[in-house]
Amino acid sequence: MISLNAKIPEGPIEQKWSRHKKEMKLVAPNNRRKYEVIIVGTGLAGGAAAASMAEMGYKVKSFCIQDSARRAHSIAAQGGINAAKNYPNDGDSVWRLFYDTIKGGDYRSREANVYRLAEVSNSIIDQAVAQGVPFAREYSGLLANRSFGGAQVSRTFYARGQTGQQLLLGAYQAMMRQVELGGIEYYTRHEMLEVVIIDGKARGIITRDLVTGEICRHEADAVILATGGYGNVFYLSTNAKNSNVTASWRAHKKGAMFANPSFVQVHPTCIPVSGDYQSKLTLMSESLRNDGRVWVPRKKGEDRHPNDIPEDERFYYLEEKYPSFGNLVPRDVASRNAKVVCDQGLGVGETGLAVYLDFRDAIARDGKDVIAAKYGNLFDMYANIAGEDPYSQPMRIFPAVHYTMGGLWVDYNLMTNISGLFAAGEANFSDHGANRLGASALMQGLCDGYFVLPSTIGNYLADVEPGTSYGTDHLAFESAAKQAQDSIDRLLNINGKRTIIDFHRTLGRIVWDKIGISRTKKGLEEAIADIRSLRDEFWTNVYVPGEKNNYNKYLEFAGRVADFFELAELMAMDALDRDESCGCHLREEFQTEEGEAIRNDEEFNYVSAWEFKDRNGVLEEELHKELLNFEFVELKQRSYK
Amino acid sequence: MSTNMTIHLRYWRQSGPTAKGYFEDRTLSNVNEHMSFLEMLDVLNEELQLEGKDPVEFDYDCREGICGSCNLVINGQAHGPKKGTACCQLHMRNYFDGDHITIEPPRASAFPVIKDLVVDRSAFDRIIEAGGYVSVKTGSAQEANARPIPKNDADLAFDYAACIGCGACVAACPNASASLFTSAKISHLSHLPQGDVERNNRVVAMVEQMEEEGFGDCSNFGECEAVCPKEISIAAIADMRRDYVRAVL
Repeated sequence: MISLNAKIPEGPIEQKWSRHKKEMKLVAPNNRRKYEVIIVGTGLAGGAAAASMAEMGYKVKSFCIQDSARRAHSIAAQGGINAAKNYPNDGDSVWRLFYDTIKGGDYRSREANVYRLAEVSNSIIDQAVAQGVPFAREYSGLLANRSFGGAQVSRTFYARGQTGQQLLLGAYQAMMRQVELGGIEYYTRHEMLEVVIIDGKARGIITRDLVTGEICRHEADAVILATGGYGNVFYLSTNAKNSNVTASWRAHKKGAMFANPSFVQVHPTCIPVSGDYQSKLTLMSESLRNDGRVWVPRKKGEDRHPNDIPEDERFYYLEEKYPSFGNLVPRDVASRNAKVVCDQGLGVGETGLAVYLDFRDAIARDGKDVIAAKYGNLFDMYANIAGEDPYSQPMRIFPAVHYTMGGLWVDYNLMTNISGLFAAGEANFSDHGANRLGASALMQGLCDGYFVLPSTIGNYLADVEPGTSYGTDHLAFESAAKQAQDSIDRLLNINGKRTIIDFHRTLGRIVWDKIGISRTKKGLEEAIADIRSLRDEFWTNVYVPGEKNNYNKYLEFAGRVADFFELAELMAMDALDRDESCGCHLREEFQTEEGEAIRNDEEFNYVSAWEFKDRNGVLEEELHKELLNFEFVELKQRSYK
Repeated sequence: MSTNMTIHLRYWRQSGPTAKGYFEDRTLSNVNEHMSFLEMLDVLNEELQLEGKDPVEFDYDCREGICGSCNLVINGQAHGPKKGTACCQLHMRNYFDGDHITIEPPRASAFPVIKDLVVDRSAFDRIIEAGGYVSVKTGSAQEANARPIPKNDADLAFDYAACIGCGACVAACPNASASLFTSAKISHLSHLPQGDVERNNRVVAMVEQMEEEGFGDCSNFGECEAVCPKEISIAAIADMRRDYVRAVL
């Protein structure tokens, strides 16, 4: 039995992190170079951690699957990054940012972690500015802020619609400086396939060189996984095509617990699917809902052009159901209702999986110029992708999977239950509970990478004998390397008839239909059965092209899809266990007549942490519960009426 | 309803860095106008695999035009015909039924082919490594608003910082010069007070690294600016040259 100890420091919430920093052990500067740290992933969390630890003097080995660290998926984040600077003098504070984040997460995150996140948020902005990140500024030359969902203050810093790109380039450049200075050994186009555990401690990883196919062994004193989220289990998501769960999942199968796997954020305003060939979905800022009206035709099978449908035949379902919030209901409610009307057959477009977002009335009221000034770039993006002019006809939108709040279970030090194995950024579960607020993902990645891990890793390494080495021919490396090689060989030898993408797309449909926006006991049980039978077929009928000793992207995908199959089953198990509705997780059995979530704090105020047991046909996992103790915040039911 | 087109493809095949490359032809008869260019290649690869053939390798990741992974040269144009658009954001409605499309990797000795349309752009990382940063350690930053930066400077710095490192500029340049990429980073940082401090060392180190990697010189063709998916101005190159001369003299 694994025990879950979150290791939350004692004391008042405002003092926990500073007290912990004071009490943690340190590694002296002259000793740091004797420790090697592996960091997998070069997004905001991994890139920031690699740069910061190399600056401190640790020997860092950094790995990414892309051809450059600069391409990690953090680059695609658009909106901004929150911080409690209170520059607009509108009453913001560390406490308020903390409170908004806890409440936004529907009271399913850990108070102490979230408070620390809010506390270091300001240092992130300082650091980024010092690196030359070109944040938006006022004519005074001072930093500009804007407001975002779930907050009554303006605390979001941004760099046009490319905040993630600019923050990532800041971390990347800091990393490259350390590569030049010799502090970082830099491996691109390398995929982590196994973590190596010796005497209960993470001591290295097995990677595949994606260019030569070579299986490589890397030893270190600690391993950090900053490998992002698993939204691509849905096949279609706003994630980059190479984003995957493999590093986390392989660590999970070696004993690291996976927390809250069913907590997945679905974003309501994305450009809808246009056909089977669709490979990914593109997000458009939810700010569009400030002026756009969401509707579908009242009549099933409506085939008129939207502009020809008279007012009384339009179903403005959000305005009708939620008269006070209307089109501005929170993300989860908007997403859920779009699915409901499409399930009723009222959806629009060729696939019937879209709703209209109409600016006709806003343009009539404010004029086209005003609307263009507010949303011009989004309208252009829409026109380019959808091939329709949103000024003269309604946009079609549909929800899409965007972010995964679940991830590897970590304690306050961001260490998993395996000693020496850490997880950061979207790869861990710790800060967003059952729902993430906008502009908080960038904040968390950089918080973990710049400010948390560089401190907590020292606390861990101080107890590791410097210069410890077992050698990469140790039995644990041998068996992990063999495991990695065997699974590749197995995939290549199936030689079946269906393509990897075909399987992935089919899996994605199951996960979307039954473990997506809303869930039922029956649906989840069906999902588990469907996933198992599709997975069985995958292992007997998938076709994996090419060779193992060469660049072979489809072989990479095959391994990732195999892991998604197992994760999908765990997501269903997790959603099935949670007999309540909270945040993103709506179980239809647990809602009011108006469709509002009913949270059950008596029975479900915990983090679900799953321990892998076995997979012989079926996935066997044991549930551990980390009870959430709210000492400083009072639990309340969210309401949008 | 959307229409389907027939598209005649000719694409580069090369099994490895030292192998001899060649063009392969194939006609796709079910290209939907709403597909992105890369989705068309996905369809091509599905067809190839169902026939037991090897798919065509090409680089991609975000498919939103921001990660800079994709870098196809389409009918001789880096990223294809649409201005200010990475090829992952190019849609097939920009083509006509019966069109012939040739797809190549970017051709530059500093970007050796790995396989088919995938090239090695690690030279770009090494140029940044040489000096494309502000030397500030984590934790040593001052309060963010302590130093106001005129909005125009910050906006201009952003224009250059928007570079996605795709390498289209190199692919389009008759000299295979990386001047636009290199100068964009130099101009981004030199327009900000934080970056101004190391201005001289940076420009020398980065320009010399660029030459060492085997990229050519700039002869003011301006092709780079024309194909840049982020429409970065070649004014950056002029700034870089001026800074370089000032720094070495």
